[in-house]
Amino acid sequence: MSQVQLGAIDYAILIVYFAFVLGIGWVLRRSVRNSEDFFLSGRAIPAWIAGLAFLSANLGAQEVIGMAASGAKYGILTSHFYWVGAIPAMVFVGVFMMPFYYGSRARSVPEYLRLRFDEKTRGLNAMTFALMTVFSSGISMYALAKLLELILGWSFHFSVVVSAIIVLAYIFLGGLTSAIYNEVLQFFLIVLGFLPLVLIGLKDIGGWNGLTAALVPVATDAGYPAGAWTHSWRYLGSAGTNPMGVEWFGMVMGLGFVLSFGYWCTDFLVVQRAMAAESMSAARRTPLLAAVPKMLFPALVILPGMIAIALHHGRGGLLPVGADGTPNYNLAVPTLLAHYLPPGLLGLGLTALMASFMSGMAGNVTAFNAVWTYDIYQSYIRPGQPDRHYLRMGHAATVFGIVASVAAAYATTRFNNIMDMLQLVFAFVNAPLFATFLLGMFWRRATGHGAFFGLLAGTAAAALHHGLTLPHGSAPGLKGGFLGSVLQIYPSEMAQNFWTAIVAWTTCFVATIVISLLTERRKSDAELTGLVYSLTPKVRDDDQAWYRRPGPLGAVVLGMALVLNLLFW
Amino acid sequence: MSFDLRLPIGLMFSVFGVLLTVFGLVSDRAIYQRSLGINVNLWWGLVLVVFGVVMLGLAMRGRRVGPPREGVRL
Repeated sequence: MSQVQLGAIDYAILIVYFAFVLGIGWVLRRSVRNSEDFFLSGRAIPAWIAGLAFLSANLGAQEVIGMAASGAKYGILTSHFYWVGAIPAMVFVGVFMMPFYYGSRARSVPEYLRLRFDEKTRGLNAMTFALMTVFSSGISMYALAKLLELILGWSFHFSVVVSAIIVLAYIFLGGLTSAIYNEVLQFFLIVLGFLPLVLIGLKDIGGWNGLTAALVPVATDAGYPAGAWTHSWRYLGSAGTNPMGVEWFGMVMGLGFVLSFGYWCTDFLVVQRAMAAESMSAARRTPLLAAVPKMLFPALVILPGMIAIALHHGRGGLLPVGADGTPNYNLAVPTLLAHYLPPGLLGLGLTALMASFMSGMAGNVTAFNAVWTYDIYQSYIRPGQPDRHYLRMGHAATVFGIVASVAAAYATTRFNNIMDMLQLVFAFVNAPLFATFLLGMFWRRATGHGAFFGLLAGTAAAALHHGLTLPHGSAPGLKGGFLGSVLQIYPSEMAQNFWTAIVAWTTCFVATIVISLLTERRKSDAELTGLVYSLTPKVRDDDQAWYRRPGPLGAVVLGMALVLNLLFW
Repeated sequence: MSFDLRLPIGLMFSVFGVLLTVFGLVSDRAIYQRSLGINVNLWWGLVLVVFGVVMLGLAMRGRRVGPPREGVRL
């Protein structure tokens, strides 16, 4: 694609944005007095702010670019990541899990695991999480810098260094509060920066009806039923009739139940935002309030991809085409930005892209520095120091986390395969996690040995399954089949991933139960109060208005998600 | 210590809105061929000004009334 020239007005918008982000950090620098202020915002964040930050921390550039790419590749099926995946999981974490996370006063997700199970389970979770956040922030830094190099001709080093320094500055100054406040600002910027693109694109193609019509040849030329790009459920009866190559069971169980619940309910990156809320009631409402904008996000991130592929197919080659003849789906959003937006709005759109990247990176870094300081440094390296010591460590960890991210970004440029392999390993580690939390929170008999070895068994099962299966048309290697023999060929990579997750979860669930029953229970009922459902007094909220109560709020959110599923059936 | 977050949000979008609106008024019409002939800078600039001013208004009202009372703390 041809490079875009930015005008003075575009740079003006970018600079104003940088000024505000840094200004917020500067003003908040006085709010950090102790480590809890730095890592958990002193638990004083109102629900609506925590909710939007909860959303925004997950809305990295990879989400914006990646969801649009999937929208182009698979059409509206991509919305399952939201309407089957994220929304039910967010309701679950708000209604059922937050009482234990927030009520236990744990300062991090790994710390909850220590309180509930034992030291080794916490250690395992803390180490893998800390490594994972640094690498994923590095990989997304790499992706953004490559993108800016491609569309604006900016130097890779310049993009990496500038974005790293700005994120470093505002987290260093104001800690989690600064990250959260900026995430909310970035949330509005992402919405208001991308919305004009969607509106112009839709107007150009003739609204939803025009888009549906334009996507018919995209589907039929690829050998799928005419409506495959615009119906989310109709063609899920068998894997062969939809472009994702997944049937409904793999979709609901693999993506919905295992992967999404695993991510939204156990990933400290998002849970940290709710833990920073000002009260139990605010913490429980955080994911529920986040769910409402979340379910509308497909319009903002998936629709541009669908528009791009429709234009590409109908008007001849909008997207750059690779050597193998497939369009470069990752460029759907940048291409549309350059195609539709004049100077001015173009600057706003690119600033929104930068904002999404920064919110994702800040999310990773703030989660990393808390887990590093509390769960690794304070637990294993220097316990028993005064709080000031750990606050200083938090500042140092912020610098270290960002430097490590930059290193990971450069490593990605040289050893792309190693990064792919690491992501694969992390996927194996993450897949079984939700089983551990589910049993930990709802079954008091689950033991530390059960949790730890159950997790290891689940991870091993994931690796084994991946090593013995292959997606259709791939050679053995990173895509699977590396154990020599291939027992099963899945129609697509997505189907393989979903089934890997299902196998890992089931193995962890069963292994945890069996090992728990075989091992001695070490935690008494008193120790587990506030950590396990049956031993924790129910949160009383009858005196609050219904829209402040998690139960009714969750039901409304689920109802809305159901309506969306039916509308785009 | 913290401040009303609606203040910087309102300020930033007001600045963006004014920048885009003014640019929309003075810019060459030819650049809007891409955006289907619509002066999107002008229109979206006005939308952002409205959004920014509403946020600022909420922040001002919040300052007068004091912080909203959170329900029973648990």
